[in-house]
Amino acid sequence: MPALDEGMPLFVQIAEQLADDIVDGVLAEGARVPSTNELAAFYRINPATAAKGINLLVDEAVLEKRRGIGMFVATGAREQLRASRRKRFAEQYVDPMLAEANRLGIDTDTLVSLIQGPGWHNGGSTP
Amino acid sequence: MTPTISATALGRRYRDQVALDDVSLTVEPGTVTGLLGRNGAGKTTLMRIITGQEFPSSGDLRVFGETPAENDEVLARMVFVREEQSYPDFQVRHAIRVASWFYPNWDEDLAQQLLKDFELPPRRRIKRLSRGMRSAVGIVIGLAARADLTLFDEPYAGLDAVARQLFYDRLLAEFAEHPRTILLSTHLIDEVADLLEHVVMLDHGRVVLDAPADEVRGTGMIVNGPYTAVEEFVAGRTVWHRQRLGSRASVTIADPLDLAAQAQARALHLSLEPLSLQQLLVHAAGVSADEKVSA
Repeated sequence: MPALDEGMPLFVQIAEQLADDIVDGVLAEGARVPSTNELAAFYRINPATAAKGINLLVDEAVLEKRRGIGMFVATGAREQLRASRRKRFAEQYVDPMLAEANRLGIDTDTLVSLIQGPGWHNGGSTP
Repeated sequence: MTPTISATALGRRYRDQVALDDVSLTVEPGTVTGLLGRNGAGKTTLMRIITGQEFPSSGDLRVFGETPAENDEVLARMVFVREEQSYPDFQVRHAIRVASWFYPNWDEDLAQQLLKDFELPPRRRIKRLSRGMRSAVGIVIGLAARADLTLFDEPYAGLDAVARQLFYDRLLAEFAEHPRTILLSTHLIDEVADLLEHVVMLDHGRVVLDAPADEVRGTGMIVNGPYTAVEEFVAGRTVWHRQRLGSRASVTIADPLDLAAQAQARALHLSLEPLSLQQLLVHAAGVSADEKVSA
């Protein structure tokens, strides 16, 4: 899935927010996911839109429905999301960075030293 | 399932003036639909026909599968909150009590809670309320009626931003807990955009757009960047608007962009900015009344 941006349909943004929480471990595997109505009230959106977002993750087997109880984070969901995001990492983050570096005349060596420099430790988080 | 509202080739004329022209649409049960359009587009006329207060000149309109005019069974299942609703010389609590007699699903606890939320003094005469507070009385009645079909026609004249947010929050909460069909006409499109599941837009009495809100949102895009690159990118696409400042251009296109097109835009150093629902509808209205915008 592409990074969160305004142009995406709302339900995709909702799915993306939940996926972020799962990747970050805020929503642990086996944890209950907020209900459609809770999401609707929180994001101030139509409940049908929230349901569409949740269903997107159910289709990817990231969430599972337990009848009568609610929606839960599936086992293995975090690793699954991390794997699919890794696949898109180059396209989403590296390609645009290389394009801008090229535009500015920053060569590969400089780029590598920037990546290895102190900025990583100050600005980034550990993987 | 029977649609809550279905209009087929609906027309309404006043002498030589056309208020509604060949309007066909359906509103599905349990949805929040935005009825949008400029003043005089026909929104209020359509709502008046739906609520049986006016007859169509031609075509057919059904609510819950039946003709609403003089149909008490159908009329008892809907509530209509109008812009600048006028009331008899009542106190607030009397208006609420009278309303409670009309609507079979009336929830008195909710009504009392909403009166507190909107800080409406029950013993104040409605005549002596401010414009915004009068609007709030209508909103309280509209929500507490819990009618199967709830119509709000510009319900918030004079309401400030805080009270409007309160209205949206209560509307969402009510809709979530007690699903019903809601038709909301408003000018404050961007404020309500996220609440809507479906959007119908009227222009000069005709339907110019009728689509799920999600689809509409992805439709229009503003492409910004160097003039030549922008022109190269938009060639062959439907252009709604062009603007140029020196060597830079900003072009509004109507087509949705797939991932390949977005990547191409990035490669050309173009920035893409999606249109808000409001901007989109402004363009849709400009496209002309006889060309239907498909989302």
